[in-house]
Amino acid sequence: MKTKVKQEPFFTRMLGSDGAVSVLVVLLGFLVGTILVGVVGKNPLNMYKAIFQSLSGFNIDNGKMNVRYIGETLNYSVPFILCGFSMAFAARAGLFNIGGEGQYIMGLTVAQVIGLLGPTVPGLHWVVAIVGAMLIGALWGGLVGILKAKYEVSEVVSTIMLNYVALYLSRIICLQLPGATTYKTANYPDTALLSNRFFQTITNHSMLNNGFFLMLAAVVVYWFIMEKTNLGFGLRATGFNREAARCSGIPVVRSIAISMAIAGAFAGLAGGIVALGSFSYGRILAGMDNYGFNGIAVALVGNNTAIGTALAGFLFGMLKNAQALMQGKQIPKEITFIIQGLIVVFIALRSAIAIYLAWRNKRQLQKEVLAK
Amino acid sequence: MAQQETIAEGGVGKMSTLIGMIPSILMIVSPILITAIGGMICEKSGVVNIALEGLMGIGACAAASAHVLMEAAGLGVPSIWLSLAIGALIGATFSIIHAVAAINLNADQTISGTGINLLADGVTIFAAQILFSADRTREFKMGMQTDALGIYPTAYIAIAVVAIAWFVLYKLPFGMHLRACGEHPHAADSVGINVKRIRYIAVLTSGLLAGLAGGCIVLTQTIQYTSNTINGRGFIALAAVSFGRWRPAGVTFAAFLFGTAQAFSIIANNFPSLRVLPTEVFNILPYVITLVALVVFSGKNYAPRANGKPYIKGAS
Repeated sequence: MKTKVKQEPFFTRMLGSDGAVSVLVVLLGFLVGTILVGVVGKNPLNMYKAIFQSLSGFNIDNGKMNVRYIGETLNYSVPFILCGFSMAFAARAGLFNIGGEGQYIMGLTVAQVIGLLGPTVPGLHWVVAIVGAMLIGALWGGLVGILKAKYEVSEVVSTIMLNYVALYLSRIICLQLPGATTYKTANYPDTALLSNRFFQTITNHSMLNNGFFLMLAAVVVYWFIMEKTNLGFGLRATGFNREAARCSGIPVVRSIAISMAIAGAFAGLAGGIVALGSFSYGRILAGMDNYGFNGIAVALVGNNTAIGTALAGFLFGMLKNAQALMQGKQIPKEITFIIQGLIVVFIALRSAIAIYLAWRNKRQLQKEVLAK
Repeated sequence: MAQQETIAEGGVGKMSTLIGMIPSILMIVSPILITAIGGMICEKSGVVNIALEGLMGIGACAAASAHVLMEAAGLGVPSIWLSLAIGALIGATFSIIHAVAAINLNADQTISGTGINLLADGVTIFAAQILFSADRTREFKMGMQTDALGIYPTAYIAIAVVAIAWFVLYKLPFGMHLRACGEHPHAADSVGINVKRIRYIAVLTSGLLAGLAGGCIVLTQTIQYTSNTINGRGFIALAAVSFGRWRPAGVTFAAFLFGTAQAFSIIANNFPSLRVLPTEVFNILPYVITLVALVVFSGKNYAPRANGKPYIKGAS
């Protein structure tokens, strides 16, 4: 009994800490995923070997090292992190942005258009394309904000609708691009590419590109806006309590529109980086890339903080890069989707912790009262 | 892509006239309608279910797998109906996750719905990898057969679902209790209605119907389950619920409108005058119409008042 009393404060503190709960949730997701792999008769160890290889580049089975895997993991992390910020930024203002996918697709589409048709000036071309991607993302997100603020249209419904509008609009636009077949366009001119020769040299020709720097800049920008500016304060205040924010003179309608626009810009940037960094040609999308949807999970795991979201995005990038390796080891790669889905489900179930803590407080009070 | 080919093969010649298109429109409308009615029941009870898309996928994958395996075991025609039932049951089983999260644990319903959607992407193809060692289920030989009018039985199932849902919701005490839970759960609770039980029934019904609809899609429109089989139709159903203003007649109309737009995206090629438009225009229509409608009818809130809010006993 006495040891229990000693342990409880730590346990309670852990349940009270968002970061610790996130770690717990991720571990639970992996645990259930591991059990599932075992249940269907595969060796879970192979799954972790693949994850380890995508993280460190070291292949345990043959002892060979290939740094390319590290580069690819970092490259895959970039859109996850940026789409995570898209969700997180809106969430801080009390909005649920399921529209990261649509904002990402619009950014990707505009980057592809400018990449193929823009001015082929070295140093300027890709900048124009990336800025265009961010602007269209901001527009796509801002539209949701305006619908929400002015017409009280639920952002959950409108973002879901806009995701599919974006997908089919992207197809219509990209099918008109030069050299378009059913699934790809002509190659970009070199001036549109984000490729970075230095990265390629040190990571054994991975796809890692200048988008990585843009992502790092986004982490700083996100942190700075949120924690250090009046705008961020107003947004967070709106998220905490809309009425209170309104009463203290924060322009709530404008806050909502701006936060959705900035959220969209993050996702649009992700689209631009994927379009010009990971591919040398434009794609005619047949379906969603799912970076936007997974961004929801990334932000939830990262508790909408700059560092937490970046770490969660890295985790998802690592899982994505491990997919091909898993398939090579007879582990169905879809286990990574299952783990990601489980993580989100467990985050939803996290509300149980609050119920548990309230119940325990009540019990403790009852005990104290009875003891007297 | 496979589904487009099957539709084209099935209906060449017949589809040259608008009347000839009715069977294919019904084929596409039915699953959307079935799912939308489930979503409507769920929201009427006060729980938002954006997991419809994922639940449809799970039902479709389960039905396709069951049918392939039972067909191989020589079960013949009953196998089709049995797999439909299996798809529905598996859909209902998965919706328990949403029910527990939303009803017992007061979780954010959007998060738990998103989680199920992500989970469904993985679980379905994972199951296919284990059962058939491929990223899709094996092809079955015989899907559902049309009747003398060229109409699939799924259309009659959909009509029955609408009629039963309308009758239960508006003609039986249980339906009134269910609607009360979505409008004002505290008032419902105060007169002795078990809010949690009713919401459980509603969420499981939506899972059951979404799973059933998934099975309908796979058994009528294609020959196997792939990651592209559902392709946003769960979200179209969700749109139909709000566009139809949470009423059976409205939802039915919306499902027909959206389903017809979907059908046109596949069969527009048969109409020379429509061939100038990209087929994607028809794919976009349901979403744009819903957005416009939400803006035009803003201000008047037709949604159940307690929709999406967890019910916490005692708090008001």
